[in-house]
Amino acid sequence: MGRPPWPLLIPAVIGMAFLVLPLAGLLVRAPWSTLPSRLAGAQVLEALRLSLVTATVATAVCLLLGVPLAWLLARVSFPGRRVVRALITVPLVLPPVVGGVALLLVLGRRGLVGQWLDATFGVSLPFTTAGVVVAEAFVAMPFLVISVEGALRGADPRFEEAAATLGASRWTVFHRVTLPLVAPGVVAGAVLCWARALGEFGATITFAGNFPGRTQTMPLAVYLALETDPESAIVLSLVLLVVSVAILAALRDRWVTSP
Amino acid sequence: MSGSGAADGGGLRARLVVTRAAFVLDIELEVAPGEVLALLGPNGAGKTTALRALAGLAALSEGGRIGLDGRPLHDLPAELRPIGMVFQDYLLFPHLSALDNVAFGPRCHGASKAEARRTAAALLERVGLSAHASARPGTLSGGQAQRVALARALAVGPRLLLLDEPLAALDAHTRLEIRSQLRRHLDDFDGAAVLVTHDPLDAMVLADRLVVVEDGAIVQTGPPAEVARRPRTDYVARLVGLNLYRGTASDRRVEVGGMSFSVVEHLQGPAFVAFSPAAVALYRARPDGTPRNLWQARIEGIERHGDNVRVHLEGPITAFADITPAAVADLDLTPGQAIWASVKATETHAYPA
Repeated sequence: MGRPPWPLLIPAVIGMAFLVLPLAGLLVRAPWSTLPSRLAGAQVLEALRLSLVTATVATAVCLLLGVPLAWLLARVSFPGRRVVRALITVPLVLPPVVGGVALLLVLGRRGLVGQWLDATFGVSLPFTTAGVVVAEAFVAMPFLVISVEGALRGADPRFEEAAATLGASRWTVFHRVTLPLVAPGVVAGAVLCWARALGEFGATITFAGNFPGRTQTMPLAVYLALETDPESAIVLSLVLLVVSVAILAALRDRWVTSP
Repeated sequence: MSGSGAADGGGLRARLVVTRAAFVLDIELEVAPGEVLALLGPNGAGKTTALRALAGLAALSEGGRIGLDGRPLHDLPAELRPIGMVFQDYLLFPHLSALDNVAFGPRCHGASKAEARRTAAALLERVGLSAHASARPGTLSGGQAQRVALARALAVGPRLLLLDEPLAALDAHTRLEIRSQLRRHLDDFDGAAVLVTHDPLDAMVLADRLVVVEDGAIVQTGPPAEVARRPRTDYVARLVGLNLYRGTASDRRVEVGGMSFSVVEHLQGPAFVAFSPAAVALYRARPDGTPRNLWQARIEGIERHGDNVRVHLEGPITAFADITPAAVADLDLTPGQAIWASVKATETHAYPA
């Protein structure tokens, strides 16, 4: 085969450095001596707990709504399916701040749906922990839907036909055949979704605000700390990095396929 | 709703009409309980489409109907039809054990988990796979997977068993063994069975009756031996290894193209003449002696065929001749060469077209 050609090798190495160096920078500049005491600080743990809980709940919400949506898009042909598919991917490319504004307009206290929620159930989502979950789920769900829909399209539909000839209803086919078959895709999508929710910043701060203990997740805490206490920002960032890498490493071998 | 009253008595009565862009399938089938019908035909003839229509996996077009044991089936979705289907590549659920694959159907039909597993275990024992009950499909051999697929299809107690090329995915050795086992299980099955195959041997061994389908229509039907002896299309003739010609008979002669065959049968009007390639004798020079069917041909090709050599002949008729390798050497045959060919009247078989 010979050596890889320079026009490919040089950009590839630069690209690799571009992605890896900032992470290395975090490690190099981390205030290692004061790390333990800073980590034990109430605000760090509070933000970390909030981030993990909201990202996990948001992922659960995405699974509950996103998997059926992906199934609908992959298995049922209905008029306007292409439009729906295009629309649900909009949050993927939408600047998250715009997403937050849009959520405020719909779910805010005077929003289209929010008004009704407030009047009927006395529920107000903005600037609450539930609002954080809503913002994260809004931004992260397309990742799950796209991943699961891809898995469904790749799955052999003839297994579902075989199940039907054995007397399985469509619901039975879905949860006893289809879902197990696409489980790796669902898990991969959920991991992507969770990671996206964990890192969510723009929609969260716009829709849920920045209240410590209630809506201040790790990314918000990092941003705030950067202005007052840069070393704290580094520590918080490091924690996020470790959590992300740990999750990726734990799931990679088992679910996220790689050659 | 069309003609749902057509089915009476037991077994399957169906008219399968499936219209696609460049393809029309229109065949009528009748299968008695306990009978095995084989749909035989070349690729693309519509056999699998017919099977999928019976299963409810392909929609019937206008005029199609399916009746099973006197009940109309064509309005029911696949999951409500009393059928069992064995797919060509088995389609065993990869995430379930062999036992749970077989138990899947009974579970869907409302059996409790324990009950379904008992049924499944009994069926796995019947196909001789009790030892592999907990194995995942991925770890089973082709023959084992085929038997699990059969057990899974039988587990729901179907009244109509559908088998799509059940032996096609097996290697030659396994195929021999599984074929005879399948024959036994089909003998035990008391419902109607429809088998799709393009292998004449599978059809002959497994089926009580053949239906030959070409281009979406039935071209011949009958017991396997009858079809093998009296092919009515080139496709069937090739399958059963006969030379076949269509011509016009008048008494003991059948005119085919530029040839006049003398035959044993007394016939009038359109007729087929069939004879085995082994019945064809080749000569370098015009033979003398008894009058027989004799023609001058050109050798198009020579190839091995089992222990013999198959010679392709062109001339007034296209024919195959099977001769021994020794005869090839004796006659010093080469492609392009002109040669005399003959077949005795007693070796031909003529029947009305």
